Amino acid sequence: MLRKKECVAMLLAGGQGSRLYALTNNIAKPAVAFGAKYRIIDFPLSNCINSGIDTVGVLTQYEPLELNEYIGNGQPWDLDRAFGGVHILSPYQAKKKSSWYEGTANAIYQNMYFMKKYDPDYILILSGDHIYKMNYAEMLRAHKATGADCTIAAIEVPMKEASRFGILNTNPDGSIYQFEEKPKQPKSNLASMGIYIFTAKKLFRYLEADDANPDSSKDFGKDVLPAMLNAGEKMFSYRFKGYWKDVGTISSLWESNMDLLGRDPVFDVGSPDWKIHSRNPLAPPEYIGPTGVVENSMVALGCEIEGTVENSVLASNVVVEAGATVRDAVIMAGSVVKAGATVEYSILDENVVVEENAVVGESKEKNAGIAVLGRSIRIAANAKVAGGQILDKDYKGE
Amino acid sequence: MAHSTVGVIFSNIHDENIPELSRHRTMASVPFGGRYRLIDFALSNMVNSGITTVGIVTKNNYQSLIDHLGSGKDWDLARKDGGIILLPPYSDETDKPYTTRLEALMGITGFLNHRSEDYVVISDCDGISHMDIGDIVRYHEAQGADITMVYHEEIEPCESSYFITLQPDETGRITGLKINPSRLKAGKKYNLYVNVMVMSREFLINTIQDAVTRGFSSFGRDILTKNVDTLKIYGYNFKGYYAGVNSMEDYFRHSMELLRREVRDEIFGNRDIYTKVRDSAPSKYLDGAVVKNSLISDGCVIEGTVENCILFRGVKVGKGSVVRNSVIMQDNVIGENVSLDCVITDKNVVIRDRKTLAGCETLPYFVSKGRML
Repeated sequence: MLRKKECVAMLLAGGQGSRLYALTNNIAKPAVAFGAKYRIIDFPLSNCINSGIDTVGVLTQYEPLELNEYIGNGQPWDLDRAFGGVHILSPYQAKKKSSWYEGTANAIYQNMYFMKKYDPDYILILSGDHIYKMNYAEMLRAHKATGADCTIAAIEVPMKEASRFGILNTNPDGSIYQFEEKPKQPKSNLASMGIYIFTAKKLFRYLEADDANPDSSKDFGKDVLPAMLNAGEKMFSYRFKGYWKDVGTISSLWESNMDLLGRDPVFDVGSPDWKIHSRNPLAPPEYIGPTGVVENSMVALGCEIEGTVENSVLASNVVVEAGATVRDAVIMAGSVVKAGATVEYSILDENVVVEENAVVGESKEKNAGIAVLGRSIRIAANAKVAGGQILDKDYKGE
Repeated sequence: MAHSTVGVIFSNIHDENIPELSRHRTMASVPFGGRYRLIDFALSNMVNSGITTVGIVTKNNYQSLIDHLGSGKDWDLARKDGGIILLPPYSDETDKPYTTRLEALMGITGFLNHRSEDYVVISDCDGISHMDIGDIVRYHEAQGADITMVYHEEIEPCESSYFITLQPDETGRITGLKINPSRLKAGKKYNLYVNVMVMSREFLINTIQDAVTRGFSSFGRDILTKNVDTLKIYGYNFKGYYAGVNSMEDYFRHSMELLRREVRDEIFGNRDIYTKVRDSAPSKYLDGAVVKNSLISDGCVIEGTVENCILFRGVKVGKGSVVRNSVIMQDNVIGENVSLDCVITDKNVVIRDRKTLAGCETLPYFVSKGRML
């Protein structure tokens, strides 16, 4: 018997994440740090391995270097396999033509050879933009049970936000009769999560047709899914109930980090039944000093805390010196908050230095917005960064 | 140069120093420093010095060690050539497993013969230090030594059941070597051998073969002390921080020393200590948590008070509990309103609500693995 994989996952990780501003200046959105030790892509990758899917193509395009390095050979997710495993799929130069990925569907189309190598029955399409825990194996079971050609994972969203999503209008049995991309007047609040399972042969056929169609924008939501529906293919929704958060904006990234805190968190990354795997920092245990105060926070290895930390998420090797205060903040790896400085309602990227007595951000209650400090920048002593300000260069302030 | 050195680690020697912690495991796999095992320090010293092949000599109780080491990938030692090579005792119906270091070395001559490195560094697992093996090998070469023994100047007399003191002359050559000397004076400096030794591989193999033909059994008595005048034995004075674990009191004291910045800087600064990865979530501090002067590992959830403690991975400290001056190992669950002072708990201990346990600094109260109190 030839070796094959029943289901191959294709993870779209080329997104720029332009609404994360300074945080994605040099990295793709899926590589953005989250939850003190994770990156966004850890969630779909962990979901894959926890669901028994061990063959994953990761499609990269925008600023791929850090993401490539992070994924490496896939060992942290147990995705280093002799047959299968995780593979980075970048746009490449072919004999006849070479092109960037022009849309989500085109990105998958250009990697047809990769998928076909595993002779899969099903293709799972994922994106690297969301924080969630989901058993794709259950979705695949539903896909088989309904005999669908395409199954779209869907979640109920508040009606007033529905026009931001691709909305599925479904029959009582879950079959989809209409697909509306960002409708002005949504008929339902069932939003597509951008997670699709296709019966492989059908997908390949529609991708080829889509590629041949000069009027197509080569996008799943806009072109491929409507084309399948119009042709009368069996399309079903798969209801997902649970935590699912797009962390594509500064405020949603901040909120999602805060959702991890507390004894009964909104979203629990620590539950042993669905482990989130990641590349682990090589760092000693964190040290909380005699003057340190840490409450309602998540703190990663290697931190040194002599100051006060409240309602915050601190990634590895963050230093908070004595007399410094960090409140309602997300601080990524290696950043330093020096003595007497205050960081409030902010997101600090990696290796930021906030010098003595500087003030970053304003109290959350003032509604001035979240201050954002880009990677490796330095805030001078006594400088003041206003709430909501976004900086990607050193700042001397007032 | 360290590329031309192969490492040999003895995982069992000194087990008797801390019987409480080594009852179910080797000295090598005794937990230390929140997320490490003692072997991680010896292994990381080797890996950080560019050594890519390490033979690990085991004797008994080595399941936990095998579990810890896995393929060696977490130390970058999963290699096609070399990497971590476990060397369990070799015996047939007529032989018994080794009882001395020399017999253990006789059992690994096959391994030594098959390597191609010029030098061998032999290390035990009873010490915590940041040692550059490359420096020691360079010193060994420069001196043209047969054997280089690493020592550390200690003021406290050693309590170990087996230890060696060295008397080097001004060139570093060892002119006197005493095994278990008696009548050590408190306050006087001794050059304590720290169980790290460098030889050329060829010299080691020849020495072992010679010992086999002569029926020697003790490396210390038959090879070192007898030949101190004829062999070029040199001492390498290691001047950094060195913590030898010779007793439970030592274990406790050295654990607490990690709370000092200068000790942490020396052990953890500017380099990585490799250990098994567990994919724990970052630790969580809940409302009401008070944590002072403590090292906290990943996966902990703290709602009570923790002062002057080392918490290993996955420890839960409930509301109203006060834990002071203690070493709490992996996956302990400490309930609510518990009071602990000068306690060492082994892995997977559960302490129910409102319990009080206390020891003292010289005699920490020890709770063995998996107990429920």
